[in-house]
Amino acid sequence: MPINATQKITIKLVVAAIGMFVFAVFLMPPLYDVFCEITGIGGKTKGQYEGTVAAVDAEREVKIQFVTTNNGAMPWEFSPVEYQVRVHPGEKTAVEFYARNPTSRDMVAQAIPNVTPDNAAEFFHKTECFCFNKQPLKAGEETKMGLVFIVDPELPASVTTITLSYTLFDVTEATEAEAATTN
Amino acid sequence: MVSRVKQLVVYALSPLLLLSFVGQMAHAEDAHKSGWSLLNMPRGVTSVSNDIYDLHMIVVWICVWISVVVYGVMFYSMFAHRKSKGAKAANFHESTTVELLWTIVPVLILIWVAFPSTKSLIELYDTSEADLDIKITGYQWKWQYEYLGEGVEFMSELTTSEPAIYNQEPKTEFYLSEVNEPLVLPVGKKVRFLITAKDVIHSWWVPDLGVKRDAVPGFINETWARIDEPGIYRGFCAELCGKGHAFMPIVVNALPEAEYDAWLAEKKLAAAAEREMAKKTFTLEQLMAKGEEAYNRSCASCHMANGEGIPGAFPALKGSAIALGPVDKHLDVVINGTSGTAMQAFGGQLSEVDLAAIITYERNAWGNDVGDMVQPLDVLKFKQGQ
Amino acid sequence: MAHGPAKGIGRWLFATNHKDIGTMYLWFSFAMFLLGGSFAMIIRAELFAPGMQLVRPEFFNQMTTMHGLVMVFGAIMPSFVGLANWMIPLQIGAPDMALPRMNNLSFWILPFGFALLASTLFMEGGAPNFGWTFYAPLSTTYAPDTVNFFIFGVHIIGASSIMGSINIIATVLNLRAPGMTMMKLPLFVWTWLITAFLLVAVMPVLAGVVTMMLMDINFGTSFFDAAGGGDPVLFQHIFWFFGHPEVYIIILPAFGVVSAIIPTFSRKPLFGYSSMVYATSAIAFLSFIVWAHHMFTTGMPIAGELYFMYATMLIAVPTGVKVFNWITTMFKGSLSFETPMLFAIAFVILFTFGGFTGLMLAVAPADIQYHDSYFVVGHFHYVMVAGAVFSMTAGIYYWLPKWTGRMYDETMGKVQFWIAFIGFNIAFIPQHFLGLAGMPRRYADYALQFSDWNMVSSIGAFMYGAAQLMFLYNVIHTIVAGKPTSEEKTWEGAEGLEWTLPTPAPFHTFSTPPEVK
Repeated sequence: MPINATQKITIKLVVAAIGMFVFAVFLMPPLYDVFCEITGIGGKTKGQYEGTVAAVDAEREVKIQFVTTNNGAMPWEFSPVEYQVRVHPGEKTAVEFYARNPTSRDMVAQAIPNVTPDNAAEFFHKTECFCFNKQPLKAGEETKMGLVFIVDPELPASVTTITLSYTLFDVTEATEAEAATTN
Repeated sequence: MVSRVKQLVVYALSPLLLLSFVGQMAHAEDAHKSGWSLLNMPRGVTSVSNDIYDLHMIVVWICVWISVVVYGVMFYSMFAHRKSKGAKAANFHESTTVELLWTIVPVLILIWVAFPSTKSLIELYDTSEADLDIKITGYQWKWQYEYLGEGVEFMSELTTSEPAIYNQEPKTEFYLSEVNEPLVLPVGKKVRFLITAKDVIHSWWVPDLGVKRDAVPGFINETWARIDEPGIYRGFCAELCGKGHAFMPIVVNALPEAEYDAWLAEKKLAAAAEREMAKKTFTLEQLMAKGEEAYNRSCASCHMANGEGIPGAFPALKGSAIALGPVDKHLDVVINGTSGTAMQAFGGQLSEVDLAAIITYERNAWGNDVGDMVQPLDVLKFKQGQ
Repeated sequence: MAHGPAKGIGRWLFATNHKDIGTMYLWFSFAMFLLGGSFAMIIRAELFAPGMQLVRPEFFNQMTTMHGLVMVFGAIMPSFVGLANWMIPLQIGAPDMALPRMNNLSFWILPFGFALLASTLFMEGGAPNFGWTFYAPLSTTYAPDTVNFFIFGVHIIGASSIMGSINIIATVLNLRAPGMTMMKLPLFVWTWLITAFLLVAVMPVLAGVVTMMLMDINFGTSFFDAAGGGDPVLFQHIFWFFGHPEVYIIILPAFGVVSAIIPTFSRKPLFGYSSMVYATSAIAFLSFIVWAHHMFTTGMPIAGELYFMYATMLIAVPTGVKVFNWITTMFKGSLSFETPMLFAIAFVILFTFGGFTGLMLAVAPADIQYHDSYFVVGHFHYVMVAGAVFSMTAGIYYWLPKWTGRMYDETMGKVQFWIAFIGFNIAFIPQHFLGLAGMPRRYADYALQFSDWNMVSSIGAFMYGAAQLMFLYNVIHTIVAGKPTSEEKTWEGAEGLEWTLPTPAPFHTFSTPPEVK
């Protein structure tokens, strides 16, 4: 059956509408993530850093601060052992975070990092971080969790203080649900 | 005929009214008046807030002058080109010259505004070389302030009472603008604010400082202020965050540097003193009195002053199994919160004395009458896992 | 097609006639306007004085949310779709819309969608309470259970919009009478054509964002949840990518109506027709690239803030061009001030004022103080109420005689205008002062220094509300007892194909295409 002008344009517009929906749901989030990753905007740091960095810049000192926040009803004690360190770019530095589960049930936490200022995030490399994995703690248990990082010497000269924030989320339920479905 | 005259009068007066309003606004710089004289943004007490005020006034005046011209032409036309006055319609209906003119001139005006705007924004974003860092965390529905590196942190909660809000008691002067612990800051020092949230998005806004920044859970934002004058500056949460959005104000107490240092030293001592207080034994009367005050400040926004909560949203404590049941369970819920609900873990927010008093109060108020008490030491032991 | 309309309820349930469907859209949108207005009355009654007098804060948040949703999606948008349905075929010389049966579906899913949304008021947990902009995680992790009905409702309403827009585009592109070239189209048709493209582009994005919300809430994804690596600010980007074009979707058809009315009562052609078409297109294009000016305090990097500031300031230019063109249309015309013209003139004055506050908001550093305050509430009520709603009111008074064959009472119209005009300004000017003085929006209660202007604003709002009841009375009175008229050209200065038709317009018109010179 020949297709008339109205049907043609209707089909085109329906396709366009569906296309915009697909764009919004399937393309916008990844585009946003990629954009944020490339630019470091939003303070999201990348995953485990496996690259090598040029020599240590002993002339320069950068202040690194650590802050922690418990999300929602998360009851753990969670704090940095040192709230601030001074490092040279290129130098590997290790710091620790104290965590304790004061409740009477076993729990699992996920720490989510975020860095400010924005233009520092892509120059903050974590080689080891407790935030790469979920952290389980039994009832009443306490622990020290480690972070090893290097500040890239390419860090813009205007940045003298970087603040790394960890937000701790209670993922006990989600972890149990996942375990249940994979078993 | 009469309506035409009325129209003419109103249209002719409007630009004058407009100008007089703006004139008044420009003079009403200090918005610490109230009522009818509250017309304009405050100048504020930082260089940023003053920059913003000046920029704001530049744009306001540009808009006023453009309106005078544009509305002027229009009102003139409404008067002079009325059919009832015998006006005959001309026939022109396009002119490329005129279109180009009124496209280009606005662009030039905008470019002219863009320069100071850009400069102000760059200034506003420059958090470098700060003298101190304050972490601000937005909670439903209060703020937590932490002085980085000083070991001082506290919750800042609204102290206006529920009866005052529900018109059962008179309202205080700083109704909905008063907190138990203001954020104390030094004058003349660059303060860097690190802002995040614990649950939903909040926003920290103090107009006099020219500071507003969203508090996003899981993310950290930074901004800054250098306060030029001592004083008390009040602000509000500026992002819808649930039912307590209007009930989590901000109070900044800016002190001259020496007084600030003294305050900070005292605060550190107070932390030690509080730990000492936790070892004391209190009477039931003392716990109930303290408990009522602390409960009304920290718990009543959800569980209500009468302990009846909000059905479907926040459980009642009056007659509840937890308040009437084993103390350990009661301690657990208050100190560790309840996962997956809005019941936060208050163990990290309130002192042992407050916690003990609140729990005692909950067990004995509103006819609960369990008869037992919880001492701060009990709370401390529970927290330590004994 | 020589028979008249069907009899009984079947006429309406199975309507395919653009006039009937237009009428249903208009009545539906007016009912929604009164519903959304009653929510506003509750809000302003509560805010009349400090303290909680009438409702609890949690219910207040439901009122502000539902007021926004119902007004934007239930009142303004469907009302202009109704106007489009009635007028586009008449103005282009077409017998009906291109897809009459889809037209029926587009309308009928609306009452269903809004019934769903409104019913949440009576469910446990209450109606949506997270603002019409429903930011995550307040609208995901912390939402009441009824959020799923909200999402479902938005999908239905969105589908209606998309189908309606497809219909409008197909109609305008394919069904114009011979000789009706694109550059001869009345501006109302142009503005709706452009609006329809905007809708097809961004309504699916709204559908997308609520779908992602649905997945985060029910299916364990983390688009907007930091715990799973997501970002609440991503929600805002996607929402406002829809949200900003949305406000132009609301205003462009209003521009079109005013562009029909002003020339008529100036007895002079619209000044700068091509310029108006280009300006509308420029506004539509620019509307896609300015969204983050709603996000100046989220902590965007400075480059982003600067870009969005510059782009937003730029939109003032084509908008200004339109205002200048309307005024120049009036200039050296032969003006009369019947009710439609009063509303159209008020539109030009007050929408321009709203445009000025919009320019102020565009200045990012200043927006640090304005954002999320009552200054913003004042701004958008000026452009959406004194803008879109006044334009719609003007259009209804303007075309009512053509639709019904009866004249409205001119004195009653003028009285209604003045009550609306005065009430509106009393309601919304003070909100600018409140915002500048430091009062945030979506506040159920406020500090004492804000009392006086809040009281004034509430009084104005009640007056404006009364004006709407009077408008309803005027419309009904016209339909049942208005002076009959059979003048084809109701208004001396009116131009356009609709004014060549009999009054009232017959059920079927332009079954044979007219000649367009």
